[in-house]
Amino acid sequence: MDVPSPGSSFTDLLDSLGAKPVLNIPPGERPPSAPEGTTVLALRYLDGVVMAGDRRATEGHLVAHRRIRKVFPADRYSAVAIAGTAGLAIEMVRLFQVELEHYEKIEGVRLSLEGQASFLARLVRGQLPMAFQGLVVVPLFAGFDEREERGRLYSYDAVGGRYEEVDFGSTGSGSRLAKAYLRTTYREDMTDDEAFDIAVKALVAASQEDTATGGPDLRRGIYPTVLRISAAGVEELPDAVVAPLAEEAVDQIR
Amino acid sequence: MTFPIYVPPEQQVRDKAEFARKGIARGRSLIAVDYAGGVLLLAENPSTALHKISEVYDRIAFAGVGRYNEFETLRKAGIRQADLMGYLYSREDVTAMGLATAFSQTLGVIFTREPKPFEVEVLIVEISEQGDEHRLFRVTYDGTLYDERKFLAIGGKADELIEALQELWEEDLSLQRALEVGAEAFRRAEGREIEGWEAAVLDYANGRRAFRRLTGSELPPR
Repeated sequence: MDVPSPGSSFTDLLDSLGAKPVLNIPPGERPPSAPEGTTVLALRYLDGVVMAGDRRATEGHLVAHRRIRKVFPADRYSAVAIAGTAGLAIEMVRLFQVELEHYEKIEGVRLSLEGQASFLARLVRGQLPMAFQGLVVVPLFAGFDEREERGRLYSYDAVGGRYEEVDFGSTGSGSRLAKAYLRTTYREDMTDDEAFDIAVKALVAASQEDTATGGPDLRRGIYPTVLRISAAGVEELPDAVVAPLAEEAVDQIR
Repeated sequence: MTFPIYVPPEQQVRDKAEFARKGIARGRSLIAVDYAGGVLLLAENPSTALHKISEVYDRIAFAGVGRYNEFETLRKAGIRQADLMGYLYSREDVTAMGLATAFSQTLGVIFTREPKPFEVEVLIVEISEQGDEHRLFRVTYDGTLYDERKFLAIGGKADELIEALQELWEEDLSLQRALEVGAEAFRRAEGREIEGWEAAVLDYANGRRAFRRLTGSELPPR
């Protein structure tokens, strides 16, 4: 049986129309400098996964954006967080979101969580020529697997390698600091409130050592993005809930 | 040397139209009904696996009657166009009007150029921004486009269904009442037992993606 082109994939549809931008920098050319997103993290808790990210993008030693968003719902039950070249990463997320919805509408069922995770790996791998030029995109992916009835979490590398994590994951310039914090505080039997708390504290801890990671900006009212992914779907915490957590985390800085 | 037999164009169009209408009349019908929370789509469908009604975009749904493979082709083309427009421009740039005219073009071209016309009728439904009127479009096998606001029917029994709905429909129906009205319209139009329902709504309460299938006990009784 011939597979009809473009099938159920939106990305393949774009390809077949030649509508996908060509991202190839000629050898020897230096890529343009572009803002980079920094620290995002995710951790599994009792009923699912909590995903969080700071709001800063940097360009060299400068702060490029203070309110950038790096954590996004992917579909009703999954979410994606990105670090690396912000422009490419945000576009990748947009394509990923449309891809998942497109598949669901064409096929009449949602793509499985495993299928979503491996499709995202393909998108990351598609950026490989750019990664060689220093424009890297590294996502985190998490979702509630309805078939297995548990939250699952995947981390990636720059070449599209995909690794399922059992406890927590982080990517971006402050990720080692965030992971060091999570390693000392993480427990498997946390409630969502406990998970929100240590997610925000891990980001604040990263911001203390890594200049590219933005801590909560209490004066401007800029707080980390925090998502909860559970059997009830993806839900973003309003600033009113994140603000007290951020204030407490900042208070405890030593 | 042989010459093709001359058939006058009037004859050709008449024959094709009759052929398409016969094909559509063999299948079962479908209605769209405005209610207080959005728009209800209700079809007689004995199959629970093969759908006639589908989500196209945030506030837009598609429904087709007639030959399954033919309206399924149109449904997929509609989803592709909608997602492509929304991705290249913005989500608000995807409208039922744009999709309905694209279906109308496609069906019109197929009707005149292809030896066999599509034996389908399709419905594109868009719920409006809150407070405005909804848009219900019907595209027939030859690409003719109709536009309604309150209710619409497609399929072999479309005229009888519209007649029944004109008597039964009222403003601001609850979803429950809209389902009862729809089911009663089908009973009057068909004059027999209904062999199974398929239903979905475009409802403001569902947020960005307004489409939701009704299942199990939500469906009208047989």
